[in-house]
Amino acid sequence: MDTDAVLANGLARDLEAAFPILVANHQDRLYTIALRLLGDRRDAEEVAQDALVRAFRAMRGYPKERVAALRLRPWLASITVNLARNRRRRLDDRQPPSSLEPMVAAGFDIPAGGRGAPQATADRRETKRELASALLLLTPAVRAAIVLRHVDGLSVAEAAEALGKPEGTIKAQVHRGLRELRAALSAEPEPSPTTRTTMPVARLVPTMEAIR
Amino acid sequence: MTTALLTDDQLAADLRELRTAAPASVGFGALVETGLADRYATAQSPLGPVFVAWNGRGVSWVAPREDAAAFEARFTERVGRSIAPADALPGRLAGAIARRLAGDRRVRIDLDLRGHTPFEVAVWTKALEIPRGEVRPYGWIAAEIGRPKAVRAVGTALAHNPVPLVVPCHRVVRSDGMIGQYSMGGPDAKRQVLAAEGLDTRALEAEAAAGIRFTGSDTTHIVCNPTCRDARRVTPGHRVTFPSLAAARSAGYRPCLHCRPVSLAAA
Repeated sequence: MDTDAVLANGLARDLEAAFPILVANHQDRLYTIALRLLGDRRDAEEVAQDALVRAFRAMRGYPKERVAALRLRPWLASITVNLARNRRRRLDDRQPPSSLEPMVAAGFDIPAGGRGAPQATADRRETKRELASALLLLTPAVRAAIVLRHVDGLSVAEAAEALGKPEGTIKAQVHRGLRELRAALSAEPEPSPTTRTTMPVARLVPTMEAIR
Repeated sequence: MTTALLTDDQLAADLRELRTAAPASVGFGALVETGLADRYATAQSPLGPVFVAWNGRGVSWVAPREDAAAFEARFTERVGRSIAPADALPGRLAGAIARRLAGDRRVRIDLDLRGHTPFEVAVWTKALEIPRGEVRPYGWIAAEIGRPKAVRAVGTALAHNPVPLVVPCHRVVRSDGMIGQYSMGGPDAKRQVLAAEGLDTRALEAEAAAGIRFTGSDTTHIVCNPTCRDARRVTPGHRVTFPSLAAARSAGYRPCLHCRPVSLAAA
C-alpha cells in the first residue's frame, strides 16, 4: 500500500490523530498548486490553508469507509483547484477585466536580482520566474491541467479525476499548455511593464514575490 | 532570454522546479482552524497583561503573562496540543473579550472546553450568569445546577477553570462569605478583579465575618444575596440583614427572583 492509502486508513480510524500527518505530507503541494494557479503568495497561503481545513471538515462528515477509500492526492488537489478558482473569480470581480493579464505584465521584466550570485543560480532563478509568468498567461483550464500534471506530478488519470474531466481532455490541455509555454518562453521579452500596467501597487508586491 | 526551443521533457523538468515549500503558517494555521493546535497572544485585564490561547473552536486557555517558553510547555502538557505565539488576538475576539471584561454578558465568546467533564462545564456555564460586580457562594452554583450537595466539587471545578476572567470564576466566593481561592494569583488577585468591577470587597468580607449572609428590604420583604443589584439599591434605613435564609423566611421575606438566594446550611 502506498503512503496515502495508509494515511487514508489512519484518517478513517482516528481523524484528529492522523490529520497532522496529512498536513505535513500535503501542505507543500497544495501551496504550490495554489501559488502556480493564482500567482500571489498571500492568496496561495489562504487557499492552501482553507483547502486543508475543508478537507478535515469533509472527512469528519464522511462515513469511515468513504474516508478510507479516498485517493488523497487527486482529492486534495481538486479542493485546492476549486478554492483557487473561486478566489480568482472574486479577484476578477474586484478588478476591471483586462485583455492582458496585468499580473503577468507586471512580473515579466523584473530584472534578475542575482547580484553576486553564481551565474548558474541566477539563470535558474530567471528560468523559474519566466516559467511562472508564462503559466499565468495560459487559460485557467489549461493552466490547471499543466499545474496538476507537471508541477504537482499527478498522473493523467489523477489529474482527470481532480479536475472532473475525461483523460482525453486533460491530455489535450496538457499538450496545448506545453506548446503555449514553449511559445511564450521563446518570444521576445515584453516592453517595460510600467508602460502598460494599470494595477494598484498593493497587488504588485506579492505578485512579484510569487514569481521569484 | 533564450530562443532555443525546449523539448517537452525539459519543459516538464523546469515545471517540476516550480514546486515551492509552504510557509509554516499554512499547515499550522490549518491545525489551529480545526482545533488541533492553538495560538496565543496578550490581552489586557484588570490583573494586567494575560495570555489568551485560542483555536478554531474557541478560547482554550487564559493565564497570567509569563515566560513564553514556560507557558507553551505547560499548555502542551495540560492540553496536549502544540501552541505558537501570534502577533495579536483576532480583532473580533479581542473586542469580545474586552466587552466581556467590561461586564457585557451578552457578547458571545466561543470556548473550547473539550476534555472537561459535563459537571465542570455546567459549573463554568453557570458562573457566566453572575453579573459583573456581584458574587455568589459555591453553594449557589451547586444548587443552581441541580447538585446541591456538590459544593466542594464546585470549588474544585472553579479552581480548574481553564479560561479565568472570560468565565468569571472570581465571582464565586466561599459559602461563609469569605473571598476564597483564585487560580490567577490567590485571594488578593481575586479582590483586585472584584474591586475593578466596582465591588467593595472589604465591606463584603467585614459583613461576612459578622455573620451576615443575606440582606433584605423591609419595604418589599424580599431577601437577596448581599451583592445582588436589587439588594444594593435598598437605602440604609430600610436594609435588614439575616444570618440564614431560614431566618429571613421566618421573618416573612421571600427570595429574590434575580439572585435566587439558596440555603447554605449544607456548605
